Amino acid sequence: MNTPRQQWQQAYDESRLREGPFQTMSGIPLEPVYGPEDGEFPGQYPYARGPYASMYRSKLWTMRMFAGFGTAIDTNRRFKEIIKAGGDGLSTAFDMPTLLGLDSDDPMSLGEVGRCGVAIDTLADMRDLFADIDLGGITTSMTINSPAAVMLAMFVAQAENAGVPRAKLGGTLQNDILKEYQAQKEFVFPPRQSMRLVRDTVAFTAAEMPRWHSISISGYHIREAGSTAAEELAFTLANGFAYVELARQAGLPVDSFAPRLSFFFNAHIDFFEEIAKYRAARRIWARWLKERYGATNERSMQLRFHTQTAGVSLTAQQPEVNIVRTAIEALAGVLGGTQSLHTNSMDEALALPTEKAARIALRTQQVIAYETNVAHVADPLGGSYFVESLTDEMERRAEEIFAAIDEMGRGSMLEGCIAGIEENWFQGRIADSAYELERNFNRGERVVVGVNRFLEGNDDDDLAILKITNEDEGKQRARLSKVRTDRNDEAVRDALDRLAKDAVDPEVNLMPALIEASQAYVTVGEMMNTMAGVFGRHVEVPTI
Amino acid sequence: MSSNDESLRVLVAKVGLDGHDRGVKVVARLLRDAGIEVIYTGLFQTPETVAAAAVDEDVDVVGLSMLSGAHMTLAPLVVKAIRDRGSDIPVVLGGIVPNQDVEELTAVGIAAVLGPGAPADQVVEVVRRVAAARA
Repeated sequence: MNTPRQQWQQAYDESRLREGPFQTMSGIPLEPVYGPEDGEFPGQYPYARGPYASMYRSKLWTMRMFAGFGTAIDTNRRFKEIIKAGGDGLSTAFDMPTLLGLDSDDPMSLGEVGRCGVAIDTLADMRDLFADIDLGGITTSMTINSPAAVMLAMFVAQAENAGVPRAKLGGTLQNDILKEYQAQKEFVFPPRQSMRLVRDTVAFTAAEMPRWHSISISGYHIREAGSTAAEELAFTLANGFAYVELARQAGLPVDSFAPRLSFFFNAHIDFFEEIAKYRAARRIWARWLKERYGATNERSMQLRFHTQTAGVSLTAQQPEVNIVRTAIEALAGVLGGTQSLHTNSMDEALALPTEKAARIALRTQQVIAYETNVAHVADPLGGSYFVESLTDEMERRAEEIFAAIDEMGRGSMLEGCIAGIEENWFQGRIADSAYELERNFNRGERVVVGVNRFLEGNDDDDLAILKITNEDEGKQRARLSKVRTDRNDEAVRDALDRLAKDAVDPEVNLMPALIEASQAYVTVGEMMNTMAGVFGRHVEVPTI
Repeated sequence: MSSNDESLRVLVAKVGLDGHDRGVKVVARLLRDAGIEVIYTGLFQTPETVAAAAVDEDVDVVGLSMLSGAHMTLAPLVVKAIRDRGSDIPVVLGGIVPNQDVEELTAVGIAAVLGPGAPADQVVEVVRRVAAARA
C-alpha cells in the first residue's frame, strides 16, 4: 500500500504542469507541496489542502473580473475588450430590474436601468450582449438568481440561434436562491416555488449541458450582509446540502449533478480566519457528500470555489488604502486555494469602478500571481499549528450551526434551510452579527484605518469616480419598445399560455417552455409575471 | 413638535429595487439604542409609499438608505412626495453617496447626507439636529 505522499506523487506526476522554474527569488528549489509521508496532501480526500494534486502548478486561478453596465451593446464592447486583454472568462453583472425580473419600462425600474449592471429584457438584448463572441469557446458566468431559469433559457436560445448547441456551452449560473432570502434580498417568488425552478435548471443542465455549472452556492452576500466567517461558511454549505437534497428528491443521482456545483466565498480582512474558512469548507463538503449523501465520484466531493474580496471592508475615506486591503484579502484567497478570484477596485465604496481603478485591481492579482512566488507551493500554510487549529475550530462551529438547521428541518437540511428563512432565523442571526461588528467599531475595539483611527488625510479626497447618467435608461426603453412592436403577438400569447400551464404542474420542467418563450421575444418581466400568477410573490416581514 | 428623544420617531426606509439592508438595519438599531422610536418600511418601497407611511405615522424624520446609485433619481422624489402631502418632515439620506452629489441633494431638499463609515454618534446627532431644526 502506497503512503499518502506516494499516492499524491503519482497524481502529481500525471498532471500537466505550467512552465517553471519553481524556486525562490534566490534560487532555492521548491517542492510542489510540503508535509510528512503519512500526512494529508492536496487532491486527497477530504481535500482540506486543495482539490487537486498539483494546484497552481498546473493552472493559476482564473482572474475573472465582473462586468456589466448600460445596454447590451455597451457591455458587449467591454466583453470584447476583456477577451482582447487575454481574459479567459466572462462574468455578467445584470442591473437591478433584471435581477428582480422586471422590464426596463416597469415603473419600479425608474433610476435603476443599466446602472449596477447590464439591462436584459428580451432575446434581442441577449443577442447583442454576446454578438461576435464564440459562446462555445469561452466560459460565461451569469450572476442572476430569481430569474436564473429565464436567463439560462435566453442564453441557450441565443447560443443555438448563433449555431452553438447547448451541450457545448460552458459557464456558471449563480442560481443560488436560498441566500437571496437570507442575505441579498433579490427575491421574487416564495421559497418553495423558487426551489422548483432551481430543480428544473439542475435537472435540465445535468441532462443537456454537461459543461455547465448549474449553481454557484454563494457565501459572499451572506458575509457582506454582516455574518461572521463561521456563519458564512455554515450557511453556505447548508444551502449546498439543501440543493443536493432537492436534486436527489427529483430523482437525480448525487454524482450526476454534484460535480457541477461550485461555490463562491468572501475574502475579508481577517487573513488567517479566511484561509481557515476555505480549508474547512473543502473538508466539510467532502465529508458530507461522501458520508451523508453517498457520493462516490471524487468530483462530487471536491469543493471548488470563486473568491471576491470584501466590498464591505472598503472605505470611502482615503480610498487608495483600499488597494492594500484588497491585496491582503486576495492573498488570503490564493493561500486558501481559490479557483478564481475577483478583486474589488479602490473606489467601490463610492461608485462603480473607473477603468483605471479596475485595472489596478486586476494588477493586484497579477502581482500575487507572477511576482510573489506564493503560487509555487500548494497549501503553504498546511501544518501550521495555528492554521490547522483555526481550521478545526471553523469546522466545529459550522457543525454546530448545521445541527441547528438539521433540527429545524427535522432531519432534512432542505427543510431546515426553508424553515430558517420562513422564520427569519438566518436573517436575524446575520443582522445580530452585523450589529455586533458595528458596536465593536463604535467602541473602537475594531479599528478601520481612516474611519475611526488615523484620520489625517481624509480631507484630500479628490478621487475621480465613474458617473452613470440616466441616458442609458431612455436608450434601453426605446430598444424594448421596438421589440414589443416588431414581435409576433400571437407567438407571445401562445408561449405565455404554455408557460402558465406548465407552471401549474409541479412535475413539469419549465426550461422548455422558457426557451420557447425566449425565442418568441417574450420579455423577462412577462415570463416572471406569468409564473408569479401561479407561484405568488414573496414578501419579507420587515424586522429590525 | 418636540425634539425630545422620549418622543422622537424616525421612519427608516428602502426605496426602489436595492435589497441591501445591512445598513438600514444597523442604523435602525443604533437609533433605537439611543432611545429613538424607529419604524422600518421593509424593502422595495416607492417614493409614494414612503411618503404615505411618514405622514400617516407622523414621524419626525425619514431616513433613506441607498446603495445602488439610484439616489439622485429616487431621493428627490421621496422629498417631493412628502411635500406634495403638505408635510415638512425632513429626509436624511445614508449609504453609498459620493461627496460630489451632496450639493445637488441639498438643493432638492435632502436635510442631511450620511456617507459610508459614518459613526453611530454622528448618525444619532444628525437625526436629532434635523428634527430640532424642524421643530
